[in-house]
Amino acid sequence: MTEHADESEAVREAILEAADRIEEKRTYLTDLDSAIGDADHGANMARGFGAVAERVEGMDDADPAEIVKTVGTTIISEVGGAAGPLYGGSIMSASTALADGVTAETTVAFAEAYLEKLTDRGGARVGDKTMVDALTPAVHTYKKSIEIDGLPPVEALAKAVDAAERGVAYTVPLRARKGRASYLDWRSVGHQDPGATSTLILAEAILDVAVEHLDGDVERDARDPAVIRAEEEGLDLAEAVEDEPEGAE
Amino acid sequence: MVGLVVVSHSRDAAAGIVEVAAQMAGEDAPIVAAGGGPDGGIGTSAPRIESAIEEADDGDGVAVLVDLGSAVMNAELAIETGDVTARIADAPVLEGAVEAAVAATAPDASLDDVVAIAEGAYDSRKL
Repeated sequence: MTEHADESEAVREAILEAADRIEEKRTYLTDLDSAIGDADHGANMARGFGAVAERVEGMDDADPAEIVKTVGTTIISEVGGAAGPLYGGSIMSASTALADGVTAETTVAFAEAYLEKLTDRGGARVGDKTMVDALTPAVHTYKKSIEIDGLPPVEALAKAVDAAERGVAYTVPLRARKGRASYLDWRSVGHQDPGATSTLILAEAILDVAVEHLDGDVERDARDPAVIRAEEEGLDLAEAVEDEPEGAE
Repeated sequence: MVGLVVVSHSRDAAAGIVEVAAQMAGEDAPIVAAGGGPDGGIGTSAPRIESAIEEADDGDGVAVLVDLGSAVMNAELAIETGDVTARIADAPVLEGAVEAAVAATAPDASLDDVVAIAEGAYDSRKL
């Protein structure tokens, strides 16, 4: 048993949950990507996280940092699109932030290192209609909620997931300036970004597993109204964002 | 001699570009194709690029020519994780590969020379 056995178990659980959800959403991600990209995001992510689940399942005695690093290296070898170096390379680099285990402090460091590596690698900024639009507000909200507001990590994480969700909705009306969608230029407007969406799916999986392991009341009180309406009325998010109901402010 | 690696989303495109470049540089020129994703389909793969760089290197370094988006990112990742001195040439992939292949055959051509000449491919107009 390692020094951080409970943390390792929670990390592995979160990764397996993330892999399940990516598999569930494979077609959804591919549909989003066929509208404005090369239609491979669902298949690539499912392939990558399928391999990740296989590798991580057997890592009984590993430390959290080692497990997370394996997630990164596996994605690098298994994912052929930009998601490979962006997710895989950034997770691999950021994993060293968890060397002392999984705490409020180390997870903030991990999130910041992940965001920094990912933006360095991809060169995208907020507003370019990429995963950065979901990731940046999530990471900033997580850090602020912990360091300034002093919230327990699980509550901070819930706020970060809400911020990521608003980021996903925010990608809909934007023109893509990075990635394959940028070739479509103005025709990319009105579509939801698949990379931002997969970022949200992963963050939600981490939150739902964290809730089972940590104390704190999770209130999803800052969700995007368009996302809620899309869920309630069975709409595509892009439709819900573009057609505000009458009387809405 | 400076080696070359051609990275494309398509295995066939990478192999074809190597074919065109090698015709200019001679059969023995160390030009290696790294095309396609992990499953051989459309995509790029950092481990595949890393082994191509190792194969192309004979001690003088390797210039890497790339096509779109993930080709650039995976080539950067391959260079960072590998042990060989390699640089990406910011050039159109086919024209840059031909320029680089010819440049590499000059006696004493360094990696910086080859990359600079490959990048000059941006200035060659077709009409």
